[in-house]
Amino acid sequence: MDNLKDAKALYHRLALSENGFVFDPVSGQSFTVNETGIELLHLLQQSTDLQEVQKALAGIYDAQPNELERDINDFTSSLSELMS
Amino acid sequence: MPNRKLTVAITGMNAKPDNPGPGLAVSRCLTESEDFSGRIVGLSYDALDPGLYLKDYCDTGYLLPYPSSGDDAFLDRLTAIHEKEHIDIFIPCLDAELPSIIRLNSVINEMGIKTFLPTAEQFRLRNKDKLVELSELAGIDCPRIEAITNATFFYQCQDDNWSFPLVVKGLFYDARIVHNPEEATIAFKSIAAEWGFPVLVQQFVKGEEYNLTAVGDGKGNMIGAVMMKKMALTDKGKAWAGVTVLDEKLYDASHQLIKALQWRGPLEVEVLKDTKGNYNLLEINPRFPAWIYLSHGVDRNLPLALIKLAMNEKPQQYNALKPGIMFIRYAQEVVVPISKFESLIVNGVSDR
Repeated sequence: MDNLKDAKALYHRLALSENGFVFDPVSGQSFTVNETGIELLHLLQQSTDLQEVQKALAGIYDAQPNELERDINDFTSSLSELMS
Repeated sequence: MPNRKLTVAITGMNAKPDNPGPGLAVSRCLTESEDFSGRIVGLSYDALDPGLYLKDYCDTGYLLPYPSSGDDAFLDRLTAIHEKEHIDIFIPCLDAELPSIIRLNSVINEMGIKTFLPTAEQFRLRNKDKLVELSELAGIDCPRIEAITNATFFYQCQDDNWSFPLVVKGLFYDARIVHNPEEATIAFKSIAAEWGFPVLVQQFVKGEEYNLTAVGDGKGNMIGAVMMKKMALTDKGKAWAGVTVLDEKLYDASHQLIKALQWRGPLEVEVLKDTKGNYNLLEINPRFPAWIYLSHGVDRNLPLALIKLAMNEKPQQYNALKPGIMFIRYAQEVVVPISKFESLIVNGVSDR
């Protein structure tokens, strides 16, 4: 992701379905994510501050902070690669 | 639209699964629109074009002489058909016939048949060998392209910094990806035999294809753009499935082109988004694409808009384009008595 503004725009434009189907109306790409992925995308649509997102996820999932941070970074970089 | 029923003649009623003509889809847009009332006259170059046999989309069908037969032969045939059918509007849908139809446009209009076509100059400016200039107008990239007349090019091109794979293209149709000089030579000969010279060579770029179709009003305005990402391709690279998208960069680039060319008539802009996210202009087709039925599916019926423009009426205002509407093409058979085929072969007209 080049910058925060791009990231915010990307997360906001994604159409999320509760069954895990995700559609990007700009690139036409579609893919599926698991329950955690949907949860994370919902959080990213609310805030692109990754620390805030990590804090919110820590309230839901029993995971170590460094583990959460790594998973969030992996997820967001995979997403930006897929949507580029 | 006028109260009286219109008779609309449409070419390109071929619908081969791997490379369908747009005519049948144009007819579907019109016949399935609540705002259209009229008859469709299908015009074809081959008695096996399936559109001629589909009574829901083609009220009657006629064979035309191939464009290579010359302007006089075409005009004689169109005059004879017009005497029987009283054509109001003519929508040509095939690249190869457009040069002669554009040349004859004023004569066709004098016959009382309305058209909405680009000028000869506009048509020339969007030629495939003008893509570099056009991409500059659109503000996007263009894969390196060269017009060639000899296959020896493929054995020397690497000295001039070309690298395989390349795309070998006909001036009107056909594009083949080739990986070495031998494959390229075969493609060159086959395309030259079918579509003539020059043959175009384009540097292959890896990425995903996005297309836009719209109608230019001849005053620089783009009417009812529909954008689509190809989701599945036929062996010939034609869309087998696609989904509507809202791509601002494709929209702006296409609008720039229409404005710069003062484009009049339907068009399709094909771009490829490479793996770095850069847009590359591949082609501008001077007609509706075969996937034009999707425009009806998103309430932007472009063939209907074209008819309104041809009738000197204002096209309707459209709502925002809906992303996420898909099309999936399929093939099916139409079963007819051989007498219908016989009628087309012997009389050049369908017998219904």
